[in-house]
Amino acid sequence: MSQEVARNSGNDANGAGFWKSNLREYGLLGSLLLIMALFEYLTGGVLLAPVNITNLILQNSYIVIMALGMLLIIVGGNIDLSVGSIVGFVGAIAATMMVDYKMPWVPVVGLSLVVGGLIGAAQGYFVAYAKIPSFIVTLGGMLIFRGLTGNILLGQFVGPFPKDFQSISSGFIPDFVSPPLLAIFGNGIGPNFRWTSMLIGVLGAALLIFTSARRWRRGRAHATETEPFALFAGKNAIFAILMIGFGYLLASYRGLPNVLIIMGALILLYMFVTTRMTVGRRIYALGGNRMAAQLTGGTSERVIFLTFVNMGALAGLAGLIVAARLNSATPSAGNSFELDVIAACFIGGASASGGVGKVMGVVIGAFVMGVMNNGMSILGIGIYWQYVVKGLVLLAAVYVDGYQKNKT
Amino acid sequence: MTALLEMRGISKTFPGVKALRNVNLAVQAGEIHAICGENGAGKSTLMKVLSGVYPHGSYEGDIIYEGEQRQFAGISDSERLGIIIIHQELALVPLLSIAENIFLGHEPAKMGVIDWDEAFRRTRELLAKVGLNEQPTALITHLGVGKQQLVEIAKALAKKVRLLILDEPTASLNESDSAALLELLREFRRQGIASILISHKLNELAAVADFITVLRDGTTVETIDCHAEEISEARIIRSMVGREMSERYPHRVPRIGDTLFEIRDWRVEHPQHPGREVIKGVSLNIRAGEVVGIAGLMGAGRTELAMSVFGRAYGRHIAGQAFIQGREADLSSIQKAVAGGLAYLTEDRKNLGLILGEDIKSNITLANLAGVSRYGVIDDHGETEVAEQYRSKLNIRSSGILQKALNLSGGNQQKVVLSKWLFADPCVLILDEPTRGIDIGAKYEIYTIINDLAASGKGVLVISSEMPELLGICDRLYVMNEGRLIDEMPVHEASQEKIMAAIMRQHGAAR
Repeated sequence: MSQEVARNSGNDANGAGFWKSNLREYGLLGSLLLIMALFEYLTGGVLLAPVNITNLILQNSYIVIMALGMLLIIVGGNIDLSVGSIVGFVGAIAATMMVDYKMPWVPVVGLSLVVGGLIGAAQGYFVAYAKIPSFIVTLGGMLIFRGLTGNILLGQFVGPFPKDFQSISSGFIPDFVSPPLLAIFGNGIGPNFRWTSMLIGVLGAALLIFTSARRWRRGRAHATETEPFALFAGKNAIFAILMIGFGYLLASYRGLPNVLIIMGALILLYMFVTTRMTVGRRIYALGGNRMAAQLTGGTSERVIFLTFVNMGALAGLAGLIVAARLNSATPSAGNSFELDVIAACFIGGASASGGVGKVMGVVIGAFVMGVMNNGMSILGIGIYWQYVVKGLVLLAAVYVDGYQKNKT
Repeated sequence: MTALLEMRGISKTFPGVKALRNVNLAVQAGEIHAICGENGAGKSTLMKVLSGVYPHGSYEGDIIYEGEQRQFAGISDSERLGIIIIHQELALVPLLSIAENIFLGHEPAKMGVIDWDEAFRRTRELLAKVGLNEQPTALITHLGVGKQQLVEIAKALAKKVRLLILDEPTASLNESDSAALLELLREFRRQGIASILISHKLNELAAVADFITVLRDGTTVETIDCHAEEISEARIIRSMVGREMSERYPHRVPRIGDTLFEIRDWRVEHPQHPGREVIKGVSLNIRAGEVVGIAGLMGAGRTELAMSVFGRAYGRHIAGQAFIQGREADLSSIQKAVAGGLAYLTEDRKNLGLILGEDIKSNITLANLAGVSRYGVIDDHGETEVAEQYRSKLNIRSSGILQKALNLSGGNQQKVVLSKWLFADPCVLILDEPTRGIDIGAKYEIYTIINDLAASGKGVLVISSEMPELLGICDRLYVMNEGRLIDEMPVHEASQEKIMAAIMRQHGAAR
């Protein structure tokens, strides 16, 4: 016992120990930056061009959104293979309601999320209460909802959708502050500069620094925070610069996309749920040691059930975003999305045996996949080679992870 | 006589701490050499150095085995020379047969095709040697822990063992299985096989060992020659803790109140074998401020009784009535049992008690998240304070509340599980083997906590296989055997002999 104590207090004392035990998180962030730099170089500056950044966000938003739900599923010790099919199915239902039945788009959005949630509830019932392995249940769901999508759409594209619905995906936030600011600054920085978006970027960065500084100081006071100041400051500075930088880039194109706002809000929400809410704690406890969690009076079935309901609703939201972006529902929408989503979770550090994984890791994991997808497409690399590269990166990430773990 | 094994000046450093400091150990062929010391004294580290888990170069000092300097790079190196470790947690594959387990990894085979006749023949020989009367095809999962232990030893014999290392081999065995195991070690001694025995059960060590090496804080305190002097438990304890342990159980003046908890005619069926009653009509009660013990042999049904009471965590077709503070209680789920004021500290803290990958803080608050949250949002600050409070109150030795449970010693892990249930603030605590596998100092601390609980008016039910412990800390004892409570006695009338006599009497009556 005394040896472990001393080993850990050694970690407290010097930054090297902390660095070593948290290598994975910094490594992940470093890899993302490295991959971005690589593609920025290979594409001759196209990757970080404002229009491409916008594209990157639009293309990745639904992967990130679903990865948030998938993280909870995987942490709880399960898997959901059906999310790609739910994306297609919900898109098809929404399209049918809007195009064939001429329903207004707002209730359609609500109904679609409910449909997604119900699908999740159905699968969650079989996993949590009927105790069928989630791999099997959702493999079934994957086939069923892919088939139903084709049947509903009769194998055809259904669209187009009302403008307002499309703007979920293709719209940008309105610009309130530009006119007065333009009057002050003149057109020096460009007449189309979206000041609102720029400001949101700056405010976001300020908020990030403010809240994390407060948390860090508090943690130090309790001796629960062991991150050395240099690392803490460096990490947050990078994040802040990234936020302001992207704010600037996006502002000089068309501003912040609506989906970015949705995605950002959901990321914050799920960070809160996983770190601060009792239900989040229960999911991690269950995934970490199911028997022990049950013996403390946790209702394991209900918690697992809820992770699936949540996943279904998020997949439904992703289905709407995909449909809005394509301006039509297609039988193949969402095909093989589950692979990108699951890969994002594992690249982001979730453990296949449950109990381990962080929201920030998964978001970064999703962007690793996204940047690779986008960068390779710009370079004109064939889709089949893209699969090979993504597969190798997934394997490498998990391999390095396991190697790290065995070494410590 | 030259030593079979000599470890000279072994030092092993982990980042920030010297786990072993200049430790010396000499084992002759055909002797039983016991190693004892408190948890964290360095026993397991020393054995890991010996077996090559910590390879040559990661420690200082010399290992001389069979007269030659050895530099093991891994376990396979030491195994090849006949040094076999049997760990506390058995490493058998439950759904394979005895024969398959014994020859796992070195099956008698020609061109990759297993010669089953040969495997079974040799398995029978080995089983006969260890005195286990089972078919080679029997599955491990159908054997009790004691028999599994024997299979492990048979497996070691199959590898031509010359030095057998047993880490807490009797920790989960009942008295008769323990006795059989120790007898086996004596038989090995006659055959010239040396054994290194690590154990917390000092009476066993005193009975069987030729030499006892005592470790304390990573150094060798002394090696006691058991044939040169009279060995008593007190003698070993003095050497281990470096002082006289006059009081192994803290003193307490019981103040006993009204009945807090009662069950009547409790009946439970085995979860897998319908119709087989495991608990056969048990009635018991616990009063406020009282520490009640349940004595009995392994397999008497004590854990099954406790877990079935605790929200039907065990068994099916559970019948009987339960009363908490005089009112009939609904214990049909664990949530209801916890809400009703029950807590159950499991005997298996690693698998059932802790989330090993989580930190101390989240483990402590897990059973009472409502107590540190509002509208489902955890109050970070409050949770930290709660965890800090229990860490200092129960003296949980760790680097901080964010240390993972995995990295704590057994005694400190147990204190974390205890903290979890203390924070849930139950009125009745069922403690199942609360001091199993933890060192004497930590045991004393846990007894003190139990006393404090009783003093604060809670009812405590203790299940333990160590009779002296029950006699030392309880006010009243039940004796359980084969699913029934067969006797009840106030502790001042009880003795080990009386408890054993009750059990034996019932065995006689059953026949």
